Amino acid sequence: MLRIPCPHCGERDYTEFRYGGDAGRTRPAHGSQSVRAWHDHVFLFANPKGAHREYWQHVHGCRQWLVLERDTATGSVGRASLARPPGVP
Amino acid sequence: MSGARLAAGGRIDRSRPLAFRFETRRLTGYAGDTLASALLAAGVRLFGRSFKYHRPRSVVAAGPEEPNALLTLGVGGRRTPNIPATTTELYEGLVCERQNGWPSVDFDLLTVNSWIGALLSAGFYYKTFMGPRRGSWMFYEPFIRRAAGLGRADHLPDPDRYHTRHAFTDVLVIGAGPAGLSAAVAAGRAGARVLLVEQDFELGGSLLSAPVAGPEEQVRRALLAELESLPRVEVLRRTTALGLYDGRFAALLERHEHASPDPALGAPREVLVGVRARAIVYATGAIEQPLLFGDNDRPGVMLAGAVRAYLHRHALLLGRRAVIATNNDSAWATALDLAAAGAEVTLLDERPAASAGLAERARRGGVEVRHSSRLLRAIGALRGVEWLEGESHSRRRTPCELLGVSGGWSPALHLSSHTGARPAYDAALGCFVPGPFPAGVFGAGSVMGRHAGPWADGHQAGESAARNAGASGSAGDAVRPSWEAWPGGAALSPRNPPRRGGKAFVDFQNDVTTDDLALAHEEGYEAVEHAKRYTTLGMGTDQGKISNLNAARLLAGLRGIEIQDAGTTTYRPPYTPVSIGALAGRSVGRHFRPIRRTPLHDWHLANGAVMTEAGPWLRPWYYRWAGADAGSAYLAEMRQVREQVGLSDVSSLGKIDVQGPDAAEFLDRVYVNGFAKLPIGKARYGVMLNDDATVLDDGTTARFGETRYFMTTTTAHAADVMSWLEFLLQTAWCDLRVQVVSVTDAWAGMSVAGPRARAALELALPEVSLADAALPHMAVREFEIAGVPVRILRLSFSGELAYEVYVPADRGVAMWTRILERAAPLGIRPYGLEALASLRIEKGHVAGLELDQRNTLDDLGLGKLASRTKAYVGRELRERPELTDPERWSLVGLECLEPAARLRGGAILFARDETPAGHGRGYITSVTWSTVRGKPIALGLYRGGLRHAGEEIVCAYPLLGETVRARIVSPMFYDPAGERLHV
Ligand SMILES: [Zn+2]
Repeated sequence: MLRIPCPHCGERDYTEFRYGGDAGRTRPAHGSQSVRAWHDHVFLFANPKGAHREYWQHVHGCRQWLVLERDTATGSVGRASLARPPGVP
Repeated sequence: MSGARLAAGGRIDRSRPLAFRFETRRLTGYAGDTLASALLAAGVRLFGRSFKYHRPRSVVAAGPEEPNALLTLGVGGRRTPNIPATTTELYEGLVCERQNGWPSVDFDLLTVNSWIGALLSAGFYYKTFMGPRRGSWMFYEPFIRRAAGLGRADHLPDPDRYHTRHAFTDVLVIGAGPAGLSAAVAAGRAGARVLLVEQDFELGGSLLSAPVAGPEEQVRRALLAELESLPRVEVLRRTTALGLYDGRFAALLERHEHASPDPALGAPREVLVGVRARAIVYATGAIEQPLLFGDNDRPGVMLAGAVRAYLHRHALLLGRRAVIATNNDSAWATALDLAAAGAEVTLLDERPAASAGLAERARRGGVEVRHSSRLLRAIGALRGVEWLEGESHSRRRTPCELLGVSGGWSPALHLSSHTGARPAYDAALGCFVPGPFPAGVFGAGSVMGRHAGPWADGHQAGESAARNAGASGSAGDAVRPSWEAWPGGAALSPRNPPRRGGKAFVDFQNDVTTDDLALAHEEGYEAVEHAKRYTTLGMGTDQGKISNLNAARLLAGLRGIEIQDAGTTTYRPPYTPVSIGALAGRSVGRHFRPIRRTPLHDWHLANGAVMTEAGPWLRPWYYRWAGADAGSAYLAEMRQVREQVGLSDVSSLGKIDVQGPDAAEFLDRVYVNGFAKLPIGKARYGVMLNDDATVLDDGTTARFGETRYFMTTTTAHAADVMSWLEFLLQTAWCDLRVQVVSVTDAWAGMSVAGPRARAALELALPEVSLADAALPHMAVREFEIAGVPVRILRLSFSGELAYEVYVPADRGVAMWTRILERAAPLGIRPYGLEALASLRIEKGHVAGLELDQRNTLDDLGLGKLASRTKAYVGRELRERPELTDPERWSLVGLECLEPAARLRGGAILFARDETPAGHGRGYITSVTWSTVRGKPIALGLYRGGLRHAGEEIVCAYPLLGETVRARIVSPMFYDPAGERLHV
């Protein structure tokens, strides 16, 4: 049972969250017409063994999307921070 | 052999007799007995018949590793097969019986299997299932079904209650032997919150096998007293750690059956506990392994440690003449204690010498010792043993009625393997030890292969765990035992058993012999994991706790490699069998999963609705006014809507409030079609794509203000859509000033549909103007009627004139009944989900069955909807060659061409002249009977789509061997021009 330290709600079971994939990648800008860029973004994943930054949404809590540091080899969980950059309304 | 119980001693309470029933016999044991010890005390020796050969079997062990003494407990709905008698605490009124004998265990005709053993050799099942003559399984099946399998479950509902509990602790200590007790005390002293769990009903582990009058007992009592005094230490007995998972989460099974819990009072039989611990100490001990020799499965052959446990714990002397055979020092204690209890004991040690001091103790204790000696075979059941003595290899016989064997101790490391660490072979110890622990997990005592000095080892682990969990108090000193530590129990590599002298069993429960493993090896199943599956070794309910190590050694020997290179099997949860009831907990029957009810739920129930599940929702399927069964009722409800007016509950639709200065821009981005120019007071049908250009969802979104939209989604995808919108706003488009809130539960929704819909609503709501000019098709209005906000959206799913009316959830019933009552003169009636879905099929609207996340906009015939001037999610990847292939499937309507036939959802579509085989050209998604066409119709996907309009095709349903002819038509079966919407 992964435990995720939500910055709003504290440490909670991962079953309260929804997984959202690799947070280390940059989504092409809205309207970008590069099929290649969208293809790579949607279909190509590094799937690393070890350190990973990934999106989790606290669906049964504050509903915020978080970026969680997790080691995919050991399952050990590090920091979680809000995906929305600070200072944005 | 009755009279095994000694007159005094043991850890049983002779003042508390417990009556129980064993088949037809009424027996009595004592508090402190296990079912195994009580039956052994009553003289029972035959506990069951073996799986394959139906050989007589008796108790081998004194713990969860027991492979043979599996009984069926309870009667009726409580009947539970395959319960080890060795771990079952005796209680008043217990009922049990033996299993796997036919017609009875005592007289078993299937012992014949022993004579035709060649038929049942390794790989028998594989060869029967997979062999060239596949029919052989059909021939053998009835025989195998009767001969194999352990016990028999009943088919009655389980009357007991099972609970689930969540727990948190600083330090979880698993196992209450000397190491675990020391760890719990150390962590408790340091100030940590401690949870100590023990599978047994007594605390002490191996200490319970020591004499009650000995010094070990004094230390045990002192530790228990201290645990009692530590306020932050909780102890759970009768609790097995079943599995260990990521994040130091452990699953525990707490058993209460001994207390005969009453389900009527809410008392659970078992509780599944999920523990989240800051630190964990493994102190699960070690399991003694048997020796391999001929007929080593005969009743009377036991693990030496079990013999000692039954002697000191249950006051059972299981034989006056005993032979102890060992390859390590630990069994010497059994030999000495048996002799002290009055038995005549011969000790056969495979080694040329034992540790210092033991020979002298044996001489003083009157134990006859033979070194460099090993067993050949057991004789009778049990009359004696044949063995080879010393370097001379001379063959000897010794009469005995009890044979205790020890092949060394294997760490009970199963839990450590659950989190992915492979056990490592320790050549010096001759056994596997746990692989590397994750952070915050510590091991202590025998499970680490450290048999000597569990006190200091456990103390240190407990202190480390407490520190890891943030406790800073003093842990004090470890116990310093006043007695001489017993030498270690490390195993030596056993030699392969002689070929002569009967079968030598490696896995007792699954009847796997040394010959079977040799055969598996010869046939190429060399790796441990392969040989295991080929022979079924280790796949019984005991999961090979006393067979895996011997098998790994044998296979390594056969391959001529080292055991560490032969590997071991992977252990997975659960450590011991767990009832389905405990895993289900309270999630049974109507609590199986959460149920969502609309605000109108109670009205539906009270007014003749038959409900059905739609995802998590309960919705009206049909109403009894329309017919006695769904088949006739929904047709009447469809006609009601097509010809008059109906009312249906659409509250389960996803509803999302979208607000903010950039709300228009936001919707423009997520929908393929434009929403920025949608006038206030209008609604628009929209489709959202996933990034990969498959359709995510559709729905109608209304604009109630410059910066205020009301989005609806399908019932099925409401949660996904909400998360997706939040994802985009919080991770990608953080600059957009938009807030989204789910208001699904805040609004009750109802659809008034049919040619008389406006008239009905005008009767219900005379306060508002619904004239076509005031509220044309796709217009929306907000009203306040008697202080209640009301939203009316003129839009249609059925193809008829229709309005959706939304009111706050708590006003839902009032609005619903107001419409029904005031529009009663028009003959308004409620209609259910079946009619709702059928009406939309007639109209050719796609829904959940078509929106399966695999189909594109063009597949669903919605390509024209997409904007050519603005960007939207999924736009670029729509251009992928595979998605623009004109031969891709797309939405079609189907009309059944056979009068008596029906179309079926999931049927595979083929061209008329094709042989219906393989994946075909598409499939049927939705079917119904069309009241307007008077025949079955369907929506489906077909390669090339409507380019094949008018063609006759074949709908194949291989599950029923059916083929039905149908014609491809436009999916808009009803009013394709939409004239009925604009009245
Ligand atoms: Zn949260």
